[in-house]
Formats: sequence, structure tokens, C-alpha cells
Amino acid sequence: MNKYEIKVVLLSGLLLSSFLFALLYNAFSRKIDTPACIPYNAAFEKGHVRQLDDSTCEVYVSAHMWGFDPAEIVIPVGTTVEFYLTSTDVVHGFNIDGKGVNLMAVPGGVNRITVPFNSIGTYRIVCHEFCGIGHQNMMGKIIVKDKIYQQ
Amino acid sequence: MTISPAYRKTILFGLFMPMTLFILGVYNGIMQTIYRAGVIHRTSVAGINYYQGLTLHGVINAIVLTTFFAVVFGHVTVSFYLKKEPPKWTYLMSMLLMVVGTLMDAFTMLAGTSEALYTFYAPLQDSPLFYIGTALLIIGSWIAFGGWVKVWFEWRRENSGKKMPLAVLGTFVNFTMWFMSTLPVAYEVLVILTPWSLGWTNQVNVPLTRMLFWMFGHPLVYFWLLPAYIAYYTILPKVAGGKLYSGNAARLAFLLFLILSTPVGVHHQFSEPVFTPGTKFWVSILTFGVAIPSFMTAFTVGASLEYAGRKRGAKGLFGWMARLPWFQQENFLFGYFICGLILFIFGGLSGIVNASYSLNQMVHNTSWVPGHFHMTVAGPVLLVILGVSLYIYSTVAGKTIKFRTLATIVPYLWMFGVALLSHGMMAGGLMGEPRRTNMGMTYTNPDSDLFNKHWVATSTTTMIGGFVMGAAALLYFISFFATATGKRTMEPVIELPESEDLHEEKPVPLLLNMRPWIIVSAILILFTYIPALISVFKYSAPVRNKFQVENPNNMIK
Repeated sequence: MNKYEIKVVLLSGLLLSSFLFALLYNAFSRKIDTPACIPYNAAFEKGHVRQLDDSTCEVYVSAHMWGFDPAEIVIPVGTTVEFYLTSTDVVHGFNIDGKGVNLMAVPGGVNRITVPFNSIGTYRIVCHEFCGIGHQNMMGKIIVKDKIYQQ
Repeated sequence: MTISPAYRKTILFGLFMPMTLFILGVYNGIMQTIYRAGVIHRTSVAGINYYQGLTLHGVINAIVLTTFFAVVFGHVTVSFYLKKEPPKWTYLMSMLLMVVGTLMDAFTMLAGTSEALYTFYAPLQDSPLFYIGTALLIIGSWIAFGGWVKVWFEWRRENSGKKMPLAVLGTFVNFTMWFMSTLPVAYEVLVILTPWSLGWTNQVNVPLTRMLFWMFGHPLVYFWLLPAYIAYYTILPKVAGGKLYSGNAARLAFLLFLILSTPVGVHHQFSEPVFTPGTKFWVSILTFGVAIPSFMTAFTVGASLEYAGRKRGAKGLFGWMARLPWFQQENFLFGYFICGLILFIFGGLSGIVNASYSLNQMVHNTSWVPGHFHMTVAGPVLLVILGVSLYIYSTVAGKTIKFRTLATIVPYLWMFGVALLSHGMMAGGLMGEPRRTNMGMTYTNPDSDLFNKHWVATSTTTMIGGFVMGAAALLYFISFFATATGKRTMEPVIELPESEDLHEEKPVPLLLNMRPWIIVSAILILFTYIPALISVFKYSAPVRNKFQVENPNNMIK
């Protein structure tokens, strides 16, 4: 190997290190949450919404062939939602349109992520993992409403 | 080198059979783009439903065609460089197992009893024949490797002091890595899934099967890629009219693949529960590391091509690019290589996005991912497979290549098609378009409540790309099958274009001995997968689930 090749190895290493630094920097400065793991418990298989206080709630989502339970999640704007996700049958996907939330629902495991919802609107949840012949019909919804309107 | 009839027939059959199945793989690929673009709103066409077609497309193109080629190309490189044939029983037994395994897979996929895609994620159940067939295909490839190891030791005894030829090193690195990484999947299919599918067991730990799958699933992509790299290092400089810039750099690149290919599988599972953020971040770093040998390859191959261009009288900084042998019939291989390399620039860069832990959140399981890997596996990997298969078939069978003009334009047309297809899929993926989904039924069907107008334009671009790729494949098939069914006109030989090194380099002992690299590889695998395995058992539980794709009722009561 001559000096050019050694330079190439160093340069590509440097380039990748800068990518890595950018990743870390963003993860910490913008508090980008990545899926975290918690021990599995069959109690997570029942979907429901639990409002903790004015600005936080826990949403337990259970994916099944071919829908989500709850199918429609209504929350007031400004809520920070903690999602707990599992599946009662096969592997499913959980991708909230426009929110960069991208999780797998795996039977026997529980996925968790925290997401703030600060603008009013309807967010669609697409299942993006093949889960049988009805896969393309599987969709959920998050409706974020105005606080005043809701009262 | 002349060749015995049994060996010749094995090599030719190992090219002909998967190429025939590839027709089915291509057909189902094109069909998917049509379904997804919303041109048809149907579950099935001509008796093959969307997901069955997707399973056929993935298994045939990504496992069958690639594994057969890796084995056949291994036979040819090992025999060409060592001037020996492997023991007869090894290549016959290997081919027999691979063919039987493939037929079992093809039968169950066509019969509709195995439609859980090429990742066969439990608890979707495939036929036990599918799992066993896949295992036989893999075990067959191990036996071929065993035969090469035997002739390598013979060669080393007879040629003491000589360096292991670069192409042989590449092949051995590839199959060593393949052997280590297929052990977990062999365990998954034979010990966990086959008894479960037969009904002998009812419980399955889903996160465990997924982890074992991806321990194999990512090294698999390097198993596809390394034959292409071997061709880039040892054949391309010659056909471009130049020399290999540095043999030692090439050796180092291969050995880096040996240590870094296997412990990176968890990066397919960034969106999953069960693994800790620490494991995920560590795997991100390793995956960035495995990009380094690819950067090195880009440099070494680029420098070799520049040398070739300058030898032809090129001037200026970029003049050498114009002087390369583009569109030359007598040098058709060059087109396959260079088009693959051009696609791989974008394939590699988009791969770094996927590897990036938090960026992956934007693209995981969206159509961005198939957009990315069509520029790798349908880029350099497939183009090298197509070009070199035609070359090997012609030399080993002793037949003249027919429709050479068609064979010459195929890679350029194919590259254009892949560019369109991948652009469509990646753009759609950034807008959340899901992969592996019959979108024509809902998301791109204006009559459905789920209709999403943003995905129509992107999936239509994808479809046009699919048509262009289909046209290129058709031209290739005409040339390949006309060549294969033609009359013998020459003496059958094992022959490869052989690149020379640009300058004589001092041998580096560390680059000539695979053993320390294998040890480092094993350590890295343990260091990554022991914590991952502990997490699996700590955070997950086995479930009593077993499902068939068309029925949402659990088969276990």
C-alpha cells in the first residue's frame, strides 16, 4: 500500500467519524428518542389510552392481523405520548406518518418510545411489516385536537 | 486449463438452472411495481398473489441465484488460479444438495404453502419443506468450500513460498464468513422452525429467531457482494486495459470484510424492542467500519481504471473516464462492471444512512430500503453475476456468445432502469411509503379510504424503472439462452481475464495469513452477540403463536 492508499483509509475513517459525531450530537441535542426495551409482560397486549396529566399520556397499542387496538387515538394538542407497542399474533410495523416514529411490534416483546404532538391534525399509522394477506389494509389513526375544542 | 466432463457439467448446470428460475424472479419483480403503482387493484394475477410473488422474487433472486453463482464462480476462480479441480464427490454432492434444496423451496413457494417472504419471520409459518430446502441449499455451498480447502492445501504443499492468489483469498474469505454466519440460521431453521412447523413444538421465541436470522441476513449481503469485488479486483483492471493498483490493499479490504461482516446484523433491528440502545449504537459503529473496505475498493478500482485510461492516452483530471472501453462488443464485460460500480456509489451511500441508528428511524421498512438495496444487489452484484455467467458459460461450454450486441447494451439499460426504480422507491420511502405492501389495493387505489396521493407519483416512477429493467433482462435472457443452447465451437476451458499488479509490493505477512483475522472475527461476534442474546432472554418471552398468511386465527388453540 502506498501513501495515497493510507490517506484514503484515514480519510474514509475521518468521514465516517464525522457522521458518527453528527449522529450523537443530534441524538443528544434534539433528544431524538430511539426505541427502548422493557421486559415483556402479557398485560401489554390490551390496547388502551391512559391520560396521566394535562400534557402527558401513555398509549398501549396492540397490533393484530390486520389492525391496531385502539384503532383511533384521540389526544389534545401539546401532549407528550409514551407509546408501548406489542403484537398479539405475528410481527407488525408501526410507522406514524410525518413523525419519524418507526417501530416494530414483535410478539413476546414490548417496544417503547416517547413522542410529543405539538400540532393539530390527523396522523396516520401505517403497518410496514408484512403480516399476512390483509397487510395492506392495516392502518391506525392519531387525531390531535385543539384543547379548547375538546372541552 | 482443460476440464473434466463431470466438472464442466456441474459448472454449466449451476449457471443454467438458477438463470432459468431467475426468469420467474424477474417476472415477479416487474409485477410488484405494477401492483404498487396502483395500475391494478388485485390480490393476484395469473394465479400468483402479490406476497407469493414477492417471496419468489426475494428467494430466487437474493438467495438461490446469488448462492449458486458464488459457488460456481468459486469453482472457476479456485480451479483457474490453482490449476486443480476439487475432489469430484465434493462438487457433485454440493450441487446435488443445492439443486434439491432449491426445488423444495420453489415447489412450496409455487404451491402457496410458503409465502412468508425471504426473511420467513416467525410466527408466520412456512411449510417445513421450505425450511429444510433452504438449509440444504446452504449446506451444499459448505461442501463446495470443503473441496476448495482440500485443493488449497495440496497447492500450498507443491508451491511453498508462493502467495495465495488474490482471487482465491477473496473466495476463501467469503466462504469462511459465510460458514460462520450461516451456522445461526441453520440452527434457526433446523432446530427451531422445522419442528415448530411440523407441529412437534408450539412455542417460539420470536425475537430470538429474528436475531438469528439477521446474524445471517447481513453477512448474506457481503456474500453476494464479495464475488463482485473479486471480479473488480482481479478481472476489471484487465478488461479495462490497465493493471491492479495495489494487491495488498485488495487483500486488506477482503480481510476487513472477514472480521466486520457478521457482527453487524443487529443494524436491521434498530426499530425493535429487546436490544438495548448500547448494542444498537455499537453495531452502528461496526457498520460504519465495514464501509471502510468499500471506500478502499472504490479508491483502488478507481485508480486502476484511471491508469487504464491514461495508458490509452487520456489527459487532464477526468479525461481517463472517456477513454475507458465503453460499449465495446469484444469487451462486453467492462459494461457490466462499470455500470455496477456506478450504481454502487449510491447504493453504498444510502446504506450509510440505514446504518445510522437514529436516521434509520426515518427509513426503516419504508420503500427507501429496497430502493437502497436494488442499487447494491441489483447493481454490482447482479450485473457481475450476469456478465460473468455469460462469460463462464461461453468458455466452459466452449460455445460462442450469441447476440453479443444485445449482451453489450444490457448493463447500460439495466443501470438506467435501476436508477429510476430506486429513485422512485427512495423518494416514496422518505414520505413513508411502506415496503412489502400490495399498495394497489389500498394506498394507491383512489377508491380506498387509505388512499395516499403522495405515493402515486413515486410508485409510478418505480414502475417505469421496473419496465426498463425488465426489458434489459429480456435482452439478456435472449443472449444467454441462445448461447447456452448453441453448438460447441471451441475447446471447453476454465479461463478468466487475469489482472497483473501495477507494481511489485513487499509481501505483508499479516495479509497472507487468514488465521488471526478469523480469531478477531470470532471475538467481535461474541462481543456483539453475547450481550444481544442476554437482552433477548431478559426482555422477551416465547409465545404460543403460529399463523398462516391468509388466516388471522392462531393455529394453536
